[in-house]
Amino acid sequence: MTTETDNTPDNPRQRATLILGETGQSLHEVTVAVAGVAEAPPPPRAWYVAMAISLSLLGVLGLMVLYLFFTGVGVWNLNRPVGWAFDITNFVFWVGIGHAGTLISAILFLFRQKWRTSINRFAEAMTIFAVACAGLFPAIHIGRVWVFYWLFPYPNQMAMWPNYLSPLLWDVFAVSTYATVSVLFWYMGMVPDLATFRDRAKSKIAYYSYGIFSLGWRGSNRHWHIYERAYLILAALATPLVLSVHSVVSFDFAVSQLPGWHTTIFPPYFVTGAIFSGFAMVVTLAVPARELFGLKNFITLRHIDNMAKVILLTSCIVGYAYSMEFFIAWYGGNSWEQFHFHNRLNGPMWWAGWTMLTCNAIVPHVLWFKSVRTSVWVLFVVSLLVNVGMWFERYVIIVVGLTRDFLPSSWGSYAPSYVEVLTLLGSFGLFLTLFLLFCRYLPMVAMAEVKSILPSQQHREEHGHEHEKV
Amino acid sequence: METTTQTPPVEEPKLWGLLAEYPDEAALKIAAEKVRDAGYQKWDCYTPYPVHGLDQAMGVRPTILPWLVLGAGLTGCAVATALQWYCNSPQTANPTAGLLAGYPLVFSGKPYWSLPANIPIIFELTVLFAALMTFFGVWGLSRLPQPYFPAFNSPRFRRVTDDGFFIILEARDKVFRLDQARQLLLDTNSSAVEEILSLQRRTP
Repeated sequence: MTTETDNTPDNPRQRATLILGETGQSLHEVTVAVAGVAEAPPPPRAWYVAMAISLSLLGVLGLMVLYLFFTGVGVWNLNRPVGWAFDITNFVFWVGIGHAGTLISAILFLFRQKWRTSINRFAEAMTIFAVACAGLFPAIHIGRVWVFYWLFPYPNQMAMWPNYLSPLLWDVFAVSTYATVSVLFWYMGMVPDLATFRDRAKSKIAYYSYGIFSLGWRGSNRHWHIYERAYLILAALATPLVLSVHSVVSFDFAVSQLPGWHTTIFPPYFVTGAIFSGFAMVVTLAVPARELFGLKNFITLRHIDNMAKVILLTSCIVGYAYSMEFFIAWYGGNSWEQFHFHNRLNGPMWWAGWTMLTCNAIVPHVLWFKSVRTSVWVLFVVSLLVNVGMWFERYVIIVVGLTRDFLPSSWGSYAPSYVEVLTLLGSFGLFLTLFLLFCRYLPMVAMAEVKSILPSQQHREEHGHEHEKV
Repeated sequence: METTTQTPPVEEPKLWGLLAEYPDEAALKIAAEKVRDAGYQKWDCYTPYPVHGLDQAMGVRPTILPWLVLGAGLTGCAVATALQWYCNSPQTANPTAGLLAGYPLVFSGKPYWSLPANIPIIFELTVLFAALMTFFGVWGLSRLPQPYFPAFNSPRFRRVTDDGFFIILEARDKVFRLDQARQLLLDTNSSAVEEILSLQRRTP
């Protein structure tokens, strides 16, 4: 491994350098470095290998979904009482992954965290692909997929309307709004960079396709003025939205009566868990991507270090939420609740409970050590474990909760069928295929935003102010 | 059979505007102030990233976009409230209304209309309407998409999305006189000044 510049130390008298490079990082060098990824004629061999794997998984997903459609939901091992299992676990998992992207692009923007500029594009793309995967599962789990539009309120011959008191319907609105707003935010942020690609295009196909999607953008300041205001508004809208989405997802559970589900801690606990898993996924993708596409000067050790700190913080909050659930179960004196939490760690699915606890609340504490936060591949392994842990968190909540409810006579058990396992694997194929295509054909780093924080430009700005006074 | 060769109507390329390039954003800002003070209206600065302080230097008035977004958000809020009331209300459950008749649902003895339960959807539609207005508003107010822009004819101008800083004075401006405009731009530390003609095609 090559040695990397360590820009993590903090000196309060001086702003940390966010973009590294030997030759002063002119505006043009930023363009060349980012656009070069998409312009290089053959992508790195690793890209082809990754693409082959992802496409195979995507094919598996296609087959499994077709099998499901032509045969029915019986191909999954759902039963009574376990009516939700892999499908909803995967849905919650993927929606959660998406949250980090919105956090980075909207919340860190409102907090003026300039380090977000190197990773926001990338994280927003991840959000959209994760939401696409998330949307898949509720869509295919409804049984008769060809009438999925019954979910929406539209005048129909049955003269029936959806039940607005149901959190499942809130979910329809929350997730579709979230998907729409994420796409708009991502695309709007990308338009100036697509214009850069258009102006550098060598082939006619590239010229016209980037030309159409860049809408004729030309860096006009009258446009920038409106654009910046719009970006701020979208960030301000996306911030409460992202908090609402996982809160609404948690209502799917919290509003019901089942022990282990019926708690008021769920909305904040779910939102934090979502950010936790999402940041882990950003690290999982960023570490190989910066290596593969030579973006180490943009996604620097400082960015990695910051993300590791967010993972550590959210892990502490998630750990607190776990402890609080156990504490309230004991302190609340509700015997069903107490049994549920006893069952989580000692019941037939103890291994799932312990995986969740270990990966989410114990392993991330290695990130207290700076040496771990700055060894990217160790951090990569930690982020993978967090992803596993967060998937199991949802599995434990859903499946362990459903298998053991109030009456022992209605208890059941569950083990996934091969179709469910392969559908989960296949959803990673969908996610990675979209992500690899994005890395290859779209601006992976928000060039216009990075340019505005370059040290050389800031120096010029100060110089300009002096000039104005004269 | 008679073959006719169609020739496009020949039109004299007209002067569309005057382009000046600047080495950096500081020089651009000073130049923008001078152009603003010279009384030009149809002109603009072009930069690879949003330059802070340039709005003041140019005298750009604040955009009305936030008000449009507020209006859309309130509309979304009202639509969501009305929709939820209408669909499950006994007052609208009129069989003669056909497809549009309300359908009161009774769940666990809960009321037909209960605001707390309706808030999530009210919130989501408020955000959705506001976000759609923001997105379409930004392009509408900017008059985009606009695939053809005369300055795209200039190879120099292609650097605007890379590292170029430009000012363009449009010829249709009331105070635009070519000689005076050229002199104004030459006096502002510009590194190059060139005329932009309309009616040309650019190829990659």
